[in-house]
Amino acid sequence: MHEQFDLAKLIFGRLSWEAIPYHEPILIGTFIAVILGGIVVLGAITKFKLWGYLWNEWFTSIDHKKIGIMYMVLGLIMFLRGFADALMMRAQQAFSFGDAHGFLPPHHYDQVFTAHGVIMIFFVAMPLVTGFMNYVVPLQIGARDVAFPFLNNFSFWMTTAGAILVMASLFVGEFARTGWLAYPPLSGILASPDVGVDYYIWSLQIAGVGTLLSGVNLVVTIIKMRAPGMDLMKMPVFTWTALSTNILIVMAFPVLTAVLAMLGLDRLFDTHFFTNELGGNAMMYVNLIWIWGHPEVYILILPAFGIFSEVVATFCGKRLFGYTSMVYATVVIMVLSYLVWLHHFFTMGSGASVNSFFGITTMIISIPTGAKLFNWLFTMYKGRIRYELPMMWTVSFMITFTIGGMTGVMLAVPPADFVLHNSLFLIAHFHNVIIGGVLFGLFAGLNYWWPKMFGFKLDRKWGLYSFWLWSIGFWFAFIPPYILGFMGVTRRMSHFDDPSVQWLFRISLFGTLMIAAGIACLLMQIAVSVINRKKLADVTGDPWNGRTLEWSTSSPPPAYNFAFTPVVHDNDAYADMKKAGYRRPLKGYVPIHMPANTWAGPVIPGLSFVVGFGIIWHMWLLVAVGFIALVATTIYHTFNYKRDYYIPADEVTRTEEERTRMLEAHV
Amino acid sequence: MSEINVTQAGAASADPSSRFYVHEHHPENGTLLGFWIYLMSDCLIFACLFATYAVLGRNYAGGPSGAEIFELGTVALNTAFLLFSSITYGFAMLAAQKKNVKATLVWLAITGVLGACFLYLELDEFTHLIHEGFGPWRSGFLTAFFALVGTHGLHVTFGIVWLITLMFQVGKHGINGANYRRLACLSMFWHFLDVVWIGVFTYVYLMGVLP
Amino acid sequence: MSAPLLSLLAGCNTVVMNPSGDIAKQQAQLIIVSVVLMLLIIVPVLFLVVWFARKYRASNTEAAYEPDWDHSTKLELVIWGAPLLIIIVLGLVTWISTHKLDPYRPLDRLDENRPIPASAKPLIVQAVAMDWKWLFIYPEQGIATVNELVVPTDVPVRFKITATSVMNAFYVPELAGMIYAMPSMETTLNAVQNKPVSSIGFSANYSGAGYSDMRFAYRGVAQADFDGWVQSVKAAGGTLDRANYLTLEKPSIKDPVRRYAGVDSDLFYRVLNRCVGDGVVCMDKMMMQDAQKSREMALNRMPQHAAATRLAQANGEVCTTPDESVKKK
Repeated sequence: MHEQFDLAKLIFGRLSWEAIPYHEPILIGTFIAVILGGIVVLGAITKFKLWGYLWNEWFTSIDHKKIGIMYMVLGLIMFLRGFADALMMRAQQAFSFGDAHGFLPPHHYDQVFTAHGVIMIFFVAMPLVTGFMNYVVPLQIGARDVAFPFLNNFSFWMTTAGAILVMASLFVGEFARTGWLAYPPLSGILASPDVGVDYYIWSLQIAGVGTLLSGVNLVVTIIKMRAPGMDLMKMPVFTWTALSTNILIVMAFPVLTAVLAMLGLDRLFDTHFFTNELGGNAMMYVNLIWIWGHPEVYILILPAFGIFSEVVATFCGKRLFGYTSMVYATVVIMVLSYLVWLHHFFTMGSGASVNSFFGITTMIISIPTGAKLFNWLFTMYKGRIRYELPMMWTVSFMITFTIGGMTGVMLAVPPADFVLHNSLFLIAHFHNVIIGGVLFGLFAGLNYWWPKMFGFKLDRKWGLYSFWLWSIGFWFAFIPPYILGFMGVTRRMSHFDDPSVQWLFRISLFGTLMIAAGIACLLMQIAVSVINRKKLADVTGDPWNGRTLEWSTSSPPPAYNFAFTPVVHDNDAYADMKKAGYRRPLKGYVPIHMPANTWAGPVIPGLSFVVGFGIIWHMWLLVAVGFIALVATTIYHTFNYKRDYYIPADEVTRTEEERTRMLEAHV
Repeated sequence: MSEINVTQAGAASADPSSRFYVHEHHPENGTLLGFWIYLMSDCLIFACLFATYAVLGRNYAGGPSGAEIFELGTVALNTAFLLFSSITYGFAMLAAQKKNVKATLVWLAITGVLGACFLYLELDEFTHLIHEGFGPWRSGFLTAFFALVGTHGLHVTFGIVWLITLMFQVGKHGINGANYRRLACLSMFWHFLDVVWIGVFTYVYLMGVLP
Repeated sequence: MSAPLLSLLAGCNTVVMNPSGDIAKQQAQLIIVSVVLMLLIIVPVLFLVVWFARKYRASNTEAAYEPDWDHSTKLELVIWGAPLLIIIVLGLVTWISTHKLDPYRPLDRLDENRPIPASAKPLIVQAVAMDWKWLFIYPEQGIATVNELVVPTDVPVRFKITATSVMNAFYVPELAGMIYAMPSMETTLNAVQNKPVSSIGFSANYSGAGYSDMRFAYRGVAQADFDGWVQSVKAAGGTLDRANYLTLEKPSIKDPVRRYAGVDSDLFYRVLNRCVGDGVVCMDKMMMQDAQKSREMALNRMPQHAAATRLAQANGEVCTTPDESVKKK
């Protein structure tokens, strides 16, 4: 009897039927919707016999273009989840005053705001940014793929495994109730004994490994695989920002790995890294997590800056102003981002000299950032600006982000921060720069590179609706929090007593609904574009009169990107080629050396998911078996030496001749 | 990096397009650079653990200090094992350069054995401490100690698993391009762990015991 | 641009910009200074964005088009130099104001017109952030309250702040900026309330289930009224001793105001050092012992066998129940 009990515990750990949230109608409703939707999708795939296609052409693909697209699909799906959280929060705060307590009890609300932050940063912004860098950088540098194609696929699935773990917390157990950075002692085992923080730790650890390896991958790609003639100072600015971003990833994510591991050890094995008793130090967590956290936000914004640089030059029909100073500004921002982390906790009481130092370094970062903005401005000066959607997003960004940056410098003065820290003013500031900066950049990039990825443009009308709803809705949503911050209202509240501020929360909800409409229009834009793809087709591969190498390929590019590796002589390599009267070579194609797909890319992260799930629920047998399987599979995979193949010359010929035909028909 | 290396497409240089592409292009192999960058990120993890030890290392919480539990004799022996294993790995690399499969495997095996001895002594130290009630749950100092030294030990364990795997692979495929790269990566990994150990025994053991 | 906006907000109590405590007032002024300095750059930039976006649109064929103009050293100097100058000024302002408004720094003025000597004795209030209420101890008056903070106007107050379980932040917008309240650590906030006021304070760092209700009543009253209030608390009875404290410490939400006529003189010390319960070694003593051990080791060059002996002795002396306080909750 006693042994039976132990075996059950070994297998099931603390997982039981109680883990399913029977009593939460919102969750049960979501669960049913997911099940129904899942049945439809999985059923359709099975009916149309697409599993083989999906597995061979997408899931195991090591093609950077396909992996980039999969990252973006992940990001967009998780964006809908993260935004649903945002909508719930705004709705709760608009109604939870006095005797009314809204529809989310604190137990649920506190998970919602934690999940919102975690998902938006780790599973929306990071995948979207990584997706763009993955897709675009090899094309921009004239390469056929990244340096480590298998690792690329593996990184994607690790990120996805982390995302699935977060989503699983909706239906099995619960999520953390600590805020997106999970400070101890609140996140320690005493204050948070339930599985929520464990879901947090393990989903981020798994995704973090993927991101770190992706960082290594792109750094080596950019350093080693540039086309002949492309010196560092001839690289497109987006590639420069990608290089800086990935250097930041490589230098920041190990800190996240270490600090999450320490928190995990505190929770699992009663160690004393961050505990109140026996010699732990919770302030050390705050320092370590922000030493990661601040470079993280620059990891998010630098690629967006790169996108804007490409878009501005292209749609103003002009060389980017101040290329050299753009590069230096990027590198300076990269370096300085390591010297500012304490500005996230001026109020922890570090003393005036320490606080001043970090306040001043924070302000110094605004100088190269401002330089970039001026450079975009002076690219517009004496240009011929075509207001396609990417350019519209860029102008909206310039206005929105500038104001957000200003509020950031306000917060950088420590005594000012003492009255605004953790207030709704802070919330408004970082949403201002993340939405105005990162998200608008991603929308610009989406509209810009979509034709390259899929062979047809995005519908302009629905794109305009989305643009205006976002650009105006944003201000309705976030001016109220700025004001509320000055009224002394703090963040993460699920209930308020003072009814005099309720009207501001209602305006914010209205703005959020506008944004929701903007998102709906984005989805419509995609749907309408797919339906009308023949009308919107991009036949030439260069729909915008682009300046960089990706526009010299077909839309979409062939698997091998370039039949012949380009040689670069100047910045804006493709613009240079067009000016010199470049014509595609029409014959003499050679076999092309390409990396081969492998099953290990999805499988090993899948096993990581299993191990992570097991650790969360203390299912030690599952952990042991899963871990052994993980190691064994990895070792087995390393015995596979056949990682590449050659695309035969006649296949290349066929592909290129098909393109020639399309181009001639179009003219 | 890439130098300008235009191969003419055969015809006259009057063709403006030919300077914009090459027929054959083999990008440089990035494995060693990539592994080095990964290793530096691993170094950062150790840096965090050293920083943690710096912060928590004197929080004895009424429990033992380093001087009371460290046995420098064992540490010296362990250090010798690890340092010698780096030397033997060096010999393995020299043999690999000469494409001498048998010698490579012998030196790898000796390296693995030395590494295993290191691990055995370390595990022995750990179990001994835990037995006396001085596990990582006893104090901040012990937490930081076990985390830093334990993480290093975990890395050595993975290194040995990798080493055994590589021995099989070299036995099977010889010292081809891929295997040589793998040996070079493991070489970097192994020496890196050695360097970290020097940091560990200096900062943790010696500075914990000697005045 | 700001005037009509501010009038819109006249109905709102933007307490952060219009507080009644001197420290908070200086902080508000700092916000205005930094905004004005930045607007020097921001306004021209925003104007240029809108102007260039309009003027150089493709349909405006009258505007000049110079597709290869991509460099101007003079312009670069302005682009990097102008923000640099503003940041230098702002940096100086930051350094000076951060030191002046350091929460640890004793007050040197009641307000802009009235200085006070640094040697003036401030009123000490000990604040403990609990789950999920605030305990205030007035050691000099020998009273304590839960969720009610009363201070005399124009008297410098020195808060000594800690927490019981998780990180919180002590914040009274009318009075001064916030500072974290952390277990086993003591932060200090020096402030002064210049006008009578009835307001609130709260925790500004999320701390768990009862966080949204972790508010306390805050009142600034004239000195005479303060003394009267102290007397009324003393008259009402009740003592906060260690036993009562342990009951109070249990997690609770939306606690009503409680007052205690008496409080153990070492209660705050014990809360800070996590030894309110019986048989727990106070943290400062433990840390002193640890430091002593380090010092001795450095001085005595302990050989290994002596270390073993000492360890055995130490095991006999040192309390063996720290585990209890860890598992207790």
